[in-house]
Amino acid sequence: MATAATEIKVTPEIAAEHGLSAEEYARVKQILGREPNITELGIFSVMWSEHCSYKSSKVHLKRLPTRGKLVVQGPGENAGVVDIGDGLVAAFKIESHNHPSYVEPFQGATTGVGGILRDIFTMGARPIAVLDSLRFGEITENKNTNKEEAAKNRRIFDGVIRGIGNYGNCFGVPTVGGEVGFEPCYSQNPLVNALALGIARKEEIFLAKAKGIGNPVIYVGAKTGRDGIHGASLLASAEFTEESKQKRPNVQVGDPFMEKLLLEACLEAMQTGAVVAIQDMGAAGLTCSTMEMASRGGTGIEIDLAKVPQRETGMTPYEIMLSESQERMLLVAEKGREHEVLGVFKKWGLDATVVGQVTEGGIARIKDNGRVAAEIPAHPLAEEGPVYNRPLAAPAPRVESEKDWFAFAPEGTNLAQNFMKLLASPAIASKRWITEQYDTSVRTNTLAGPGASDAAVVRIKDPKTGEVKRALALSTDGNGRWCQLNPRVGAMHAVAEAARNVAASGARPIAATNCLNFGSPEKREVMWQFSQAIDGLTEACTALGTPITGGNVSFYNETLGKSIYPTPVIGVLGVIEDVSRLLKIAFREEGDVILLLDGAGPTSGEAAREFSSSEYSKTIAGIVAGDPPAIDLAAEKHLIDCLVALASEGALQSAHDVSDGGLTVTLAESCFASVVAGLQTGASSSGANAAHLSANIKLSGDAPAEHALFNERGARAVVSVTPSKLAAVLHTARQYSVAAHQIGQVIRGDAFRIQYKGNAVIDGSIESLRDAWAYSLERALVAR
Amino acid sequence: MKFGVVVFPGSNCDHDAFYAIGNVLHKPVEFIWHQSQDIANCDAIILPGGFSYGDYLRTGAIARFSPVMKSVEKFAKSGGVVLGVCNGFQTLCEAGLLPGAMMRNSGLRFICRHVCVRVEQTDTPFTNAAQKGQILKMPIAHSDGNYTCDDATYAELEKNRQVIFRYTTPDGSNDAAGNPNGSMHNIAGICNRERNVAGLMPHPERAVEPALGSADGLVILRSMAEALVGAAKATA
Repeated sequence: MATAATEIKVTPEIAAEHGLSAEEYARVKQILGREPNITELGIFSVMWSEHCSYKSSKVHLKRLPTRGKLVVQGPGENAGVVDIGDGLVAAFKIESHNHPSYVEPFQGATTGVGGILRDIFTMGARPIAVLDSLRFGEITENKNTNKEEAAKNRRIFDGVIRGIGNYGNCFGVPTVGGEVGFEPCYSQNPLVNALALGIARKEEIFLAKAKGIGNPVIYVGAKTGRDGIHGASLLASAEFTEESKQKRPNVQVGDPFMEKLLLEACLEAMQTGAVVAIQDMGAAGLTCSTMEMASRGGTGIEIDLAKVPQRETGMTPYEIMLSESQERMLLVAEKGREHEVLGVFKKWGLDATVVGQVTEGGIARIKDNGRVAAEIPAHPLAEEGPVYNRPLAAPAPRVESEKDWFAFAPEGTNLAQNFMKLLASPAIASKRWITEQYDTSVRTNTLAGPGASDAAVVRIKDPKTGEVKRALALSTDGNGRWCQLNPRVGAMHAVAEAARNVAASGARPIAATNCLNFGSPEKREVMWQFSQAIDGLTEACTALGTPITGGNVSFYNETLGKSIYPTPVIGVLGVIEDVSRLLKIAFREEGDVILLLDGAGPTSGEAAREFSSSEYSKTIAGIVAGDPPAIDLAAEKHLIDCLVALASEGALQSAHDVSDGGLTVTLAESCFASVVAGLQTGASSSGANAAHLSANIKLSGDAPAEHALFNERGARAVVSVTPSKLAAVLHTARQYSVAAHQIGQVIRGDAFRIQYKGNAVIDGSIESLRDAWAYSLERALVAR
Repeated sequence: MKFGVVVFPGSNCDHDAFYAIGNVLHKPVEFIWHQSQDIANCDAIILPGGFSYGDYLRTGAIARFSPVMKSVEKFAKSGGVVLGVCNGFQTLCEAGLLPGAMMRNSGLRFICRHVCVRVEQTDTPFTNAAQKGQILKMPIAHSDGNYTCDDATYAELEKNRQVIFRYTTPDGSNDAAGNPNGSMHNIAGICNRERNVAGLMPHPERAVEPALGSADGLVILRSMAEALVGAAKATA
């Protein structure tokens, strides 16, 4: 094979610099039957990077449940696809863009959103919603985070929020939900996980399988530049060091306008019937798209790089193949009909060029102006890469005693101040400051935007007629602190909470996607956490009937040797059969009965031990210890089924699950939401708190008051019911083995009162509680 | 009667306007491609929201040179009804079909939320079905909605009663408190002197069903439809 005289000769040292181990390099030579040239080495190195090959996670991911009667496409394609009825399918997936977002927060976040949107419309589905699951270091100064650190974290936070908004707003997809968390462990390694959802007609789903020998391969979209060479693939495959900031040029730059054109052009081109296969160029760009299309199709592929539209002159084959320039696609068209496809892209003003063809024999041949620059068997490259069953080991057990745990306040203590502090903590406070920077209503499908319901809810318009019948509900959840304390139980909680949120919006949970954020797989303890988390996900997804249809793994989330909390983030998708049955969290009418629905999961014998992992314990006492609440998946399932049944009967006025901050936060949020809803309907904000609804609550029990008010045990939800429907609701709850405790009433006015065992433990005003909750994030960020 | 919704590269509220008119208002509607110069069969034109040409130079600055805009200008000059929403409003200002210009929001951030506007004038094809003083709740979603113009232009706007929507609070009591973006004199929407061309920053097409949080925007689209019926009767 011809090699230019100027080309770098590959040595084992250069292979090592590319992140290939000695064994991996030997395997490269074995597959090729010779030494690779530098371009081939580059191709192998990105394809076999942790990010692209899943080499450390594959053996564990196999355990996840991926099948179900509604699953049309499981993991392995650009996105998972599930049947949502009437000939329509939903394509959805969550993906991480953590490392680029630390190096350059704005561009890292934009390209993260851009990448996941491309994954969705590559399948022929029009994106209709985006959610983001974000984790940052703490943004206010405290004993764990000094002033400079907090300021840096605010800059990262602000950049990421602006980046997400910038991309989604321009592209024209509503950003409707997600969650944000703050812990010191994310200070050097924020998490930016973006989830996108799209819909399509079932028979119009496209796959990334090259087919038809002689069919032309077409490059479309942005020109290829030197940006992002080794961007996502290598950034995300090694931990951060002091030098990582020098990798800034490796981060790609997003162009949402280009992506919008690409979306419309791709969907229109697909309608011609002349598109055979399509694959977006994400991580590892042209390399990944050519190799994977050929490998999946069992064919070869031949392209000439001289035909690839280029932004810069003098790019080498190595650079073109490894560039991660954004907003590009590779597609295979039916031979003889390429002009139909090219015509659509021309109409949208996009570059579209035939760069090669599908060939027989399984070889991917990359030419540079006719000269062979790389020649690699596609299938072995894509599918026979290294797989590691890395050693794992449980960390030494934590030795804790009562003095490490939360100490409950003596009986009769007024908890109002602590409650106020909890409401103002960044984890619990209103995220309005963030979500108002996102377009939440474009496409006119948003029935429940951020904070309105436990899940984000978008209705489905039939792509052809615009007719509306069903809605989709989505929630992302993940609790890194709990996973740090117990990765298996923490992962189960993530699934349970996401599914519970979906059910509390009135939707039946049907499928899930996951983004697994962990430290270095080369550490035994991290691999143990990973394996435990997979076990937890497997158990919970099986029990709750939500198979995993796709997602991604992000390892090496550590800086200077310190790992983040293991943070599996789960996105659960649900269907509401009749849009009018949607449930929101806001209390609606004075006199409604407030019920605590309780699937009656276990209470561990050691209340203090469990409580030490709660948001309250962290915020009030600075204690993070003990164990996550014990979890009972059967109880979770009962509650979920009960909520779905009650919603479909139209029996409830509101529903809100109990999660971060416990029962008291849940109750307060349902009051706050009623204020917002009241203002939005144009009710007068003057007068005697005309729009205010509140709650009068009486609780009883044996536990200390703080435990009763703020514990985070799962399988619970607060619902409000019109008195005339109470009997029916109690009947349905019994049928699903769910306890329904009458804990109070919705009242008009400003007083928010909770009695526990006859003592007033909270006696506050909705106005002042809401002020603490609604503006604390803004105060932390803006008023400096 | 037929509505035309212009599609610029980067328009992203075109489908929403199309849906609001076709599926909610039940009136004929079609898309008009930005390179087309043929809008002759439409009776009203909507320039939708979005990020035409990415808004990379300045909002609406490139869209204004699209081939279709020549026809829109001609259509407007001959009395045709033209509504610009958000990016469409910005484009109409750039094209000189409406006076003034848009600056970054005073908070320098993108804002998306429901706002309230008061209908200031009802003798326009965009507000004839509304009551004077009526409060409409509609979402905004923009970075550049801070309307401005020089004093002489504002005096003209006032003299000719061209300010047709002003931001206000839900009960209409405090316009300044209801102003989300720093817009001059709380201006949310204006029309031209001839009253057949209007622009507004809030999105009426996103407020057409209670399930979306408000159906108040429908009155603007319905006004347009009624004006067209009226015009057709007048020429019949």
